[in-house]
Order: sequence, then C-alpha cells, then structure tokens
Amino acid sequence: MFEIEITAASNEVMSAHAVGTFPNECCGFFFGASENDLKIVTEIRPVLNVKKGDQRRRFSIDPFDYMKAEKYAHENQLELLGIYHSHPLHPAVPSEHDLKQAMPFFSYIILSTQPQLVIDITSWQLNKNREFIREELKVSKIN
Amino acid sequence: MATLLIPTPLRKFTENQAQFSSNGTSVKEVIEDLLLSHAGLKPHLLDADGNIRSFVRIYVKDEDIQVLQKEHTKVEQDTLISIIPAIAGGSY
Repeated sequence: MFEIEITAASNEVMSAHAVGTFPNECCGFFFGASENDLKIVTEIRPVLNVKKGDQRRRFSIDPFDYMKAEKYAHENQLELLGIYHSHPLHPAVPSEHDLKQAMPFFSYIILSTQPQLVIDITSWQLNKNREFIREELKVSKIN
Repeated sequence: MATLLIPTPLRKFTENQAQFSSNGTSVKEVIEDLLLSHAGLKPHLLDADGNIRSFVRIYVKDEDIQVLQKEHTKVEQDTLISIIPAIAGGSY
C-alpha cells in the first residue's frame, strides 16, 4: 500500500491554488522525503499551467519549471515527490490523459474543485503494470 | 565526458544515481550507453520502435533536441544533457 502524508499547511496551499485558478486547472510540485512506499510532503511549489488551449480540462508544466524543481530539490536536500493538479467540476480520479504521461515513483495528487471549494483530494501512483493505484493520503494536523 | 542528468522518477532504475557520465559523442550514443548500464530504464525512455518516447524530452544545455538535430545532436566532453519528463494531463 502506497502512503503519502501532507501537512495541513501544504493542503491549504494546494487548495487555495486550486480555488484561485478555478475554472481552470492548476498544477504544481511537492517535495519532501520518501522511504519505501511512504512519502512525507513538507513543501509545495505552485507553478504556472502553460497549456495552450482549454485550461479548464488540461494542464501542462513548462520543461524549464521542471528543471528548476529538480534543481531546487537538489539544493535543499529534498526529494521531488510528485505533481498536483486540479480537476474543476470533475472527480479527483486520474483521467486517461493523466495516465498517458505519468511517470513511475511520482505521486499524483488530484483536487476536485467546485467554485470556491475543494470537495475531494486524492493521490495516485503507478504500479509496475503502469496502472494508477490510489495511495492512502493523510493530512497531519501539525504544520 | 558528457553528463546526463537523470530525473527523480527514473532514479530507481539507476540505483539512485542522479547523473550518468558517458564518452558518447551524440545524444543517441549517450542514451545507448545509459541503457547498457541501466536496462530497466528502456521502457521509460524508448517506445516500441526504439525511438525516444514522445512524453520524454531531452535537452542539451538549454535546448530541446527537437529543435537541434534530434538524437543525432552532437555532444562535447563538458555537455550537460537533461532528461525531462513531459508533465501534463487533464480532467477528461
């Protein structure tokens, strides 16, 4: 069973980002540490959705933002643990598009959003057969 | 030797190494060299026809090889090459 722990503060950052970009999708990176099947998220970094076209149902991250995220992790002794994005007016379940471009190891946090509100948050990781498996997501009360 | 930066999600296939050094003189040779040492990377970098997967980008210094000479792009001894997963998706 894959597990991921995020702090309440991290959850708030992602949720505020998702609500702020509604009705478009938001996206960003998260960092922290991992051991075996457990990831502990300690930092969130929102990035710009650079998708050309309908951002209400698509997101894309600039390759240079990706390079910066790897560099940031290296310089701060953190691990780049995954990507979050929102699904405005849609369930927090990965789509076929999410699956196509997913990478091993990374966790994919999805926030289902309504106007002014995140109604669900889930996290997913690929298994060896390239299928998404839902992770147990815990939000700690300690920031 | 050219240096190849391995992105975090692929490091489990390189025994956690973040960098790989190669004497290859083109991107193609460097990638081949990498896969000889770390065969588990192959399905994540190459498609069934042996081409670099469409969802993986290779940058030489700060340029996408798609705007250079693709996998035939020449590399020097001090060239930095980055493997960058294309990060994208969407709700439906």
